[in-house]
Amino acid sequence: MAHEHDHDHHGHDHGDHHHGHAHRSHPYQPDLEEKPLTHFQVMTEAVADLLIEKGIITADELRAMLEAIDAKSPAAGARMVARAWADASFKARMLEDVNRAATELGIDAGGIPIRAVENTDRVHNVIVCTLCSCYPRLLIGLPPDWYKSRAYRSRTVREPRAVLAEFGTTIPDGVELRVHDSTADLRYMVLPARPAGTDGWDEERLAGLVTRDCMIGVTLPKPAG
Amino acid sequence: MSARFAVGETVKVRAAFPPGHLRTPFFIRGKTGRVTAVLGPYRNPEELAYGRSGEPALPLYRVLFATAELWDDFRGAPQDSTVVDVYENWLERA
Repeated sequence: MAHEHDHDHHGHDHGDHHHGHAHRSHPYQPDLEEKPLTHFQVMTEAVADLLIEKGIITADELRAMLEAIDAKSPAAGARMVARAWADASFKARMLEDVNRAATELGIDAGGIPIRAVENTDRVHNVIVCTLCSCYPRLLIGLPPDWYKSRAYRSRTVREPRAVLAEFGTTIPDGVELRVHDSTADLRYMVLPARPAGTDGWDEERLAGLVTRDCMIGVTLPKPAG
Repeated sequence: MSARFAVGETVKVRAAFPPGHLRTPFFIRGKTGRVTAVLGPYRNPEELAYGRSGEPALPLYRVLFATAELWDDFRGAPQDSTVVDVYENWLERA
């Protein structure tokens, strides 16, 4: 998996540093505004301005909504997985209806239906959205950049074992690797298998093992060494 | 709305290539899979995308494919599978 962080743009080219002309030879990171706005960016800004001008929402409400979205983290999903590991009847309810099960823990999973797919010793699940970047944001936060990349979206359906290997994850040949392409109205999260060596752990400690990538399915929870 | 297909039934994805906003990935068009869940009625995204109502809603299915049958040069394991959510207007009886 290519992690496209564009480190080169931050690099200081000390070998070619001309004093007095640093502003020319010094590479810099482009500002967000450097590119012209796209049609949809302009439309988005216009709609937001109109909503505020007409008093339908306030600028502060819009800001607070963006802050709330950005503040979502994988913690909610991890709590649910830990509860499912600790309580078989909760697990059954979660596999039936994630959104409803979430309310038992005081978690708002939103109005978009979410399904959990369970890893077992026979099946390993991994989630992708080949068409865009659909993702259960309310439970596991904003998707990582690689989840939205063309490489991940196209390769995960075509050569999933090779993609997982690049994440350091090897699925045994005898296990079915099941790829879920969330192209429609539902969102998916992986319910990983509880790792061995965690007997007697409480839910909080268990939740600490459940990372974002475990719930996408590109890795497995690892018991602390 | 009643669903035309049941869980366990074999279905074939239409090999159609119309223009417009579509949620059916190219790699399953013309391929045969098995219904693993009937998810219920959802408004038609091909209409919603253009500001229309999307009604009548379409049954949405989870369809499981053998990944080896989706790609000529697949190098995974023979039991590997791919599950895609497909609206009923894309499915035919296999």
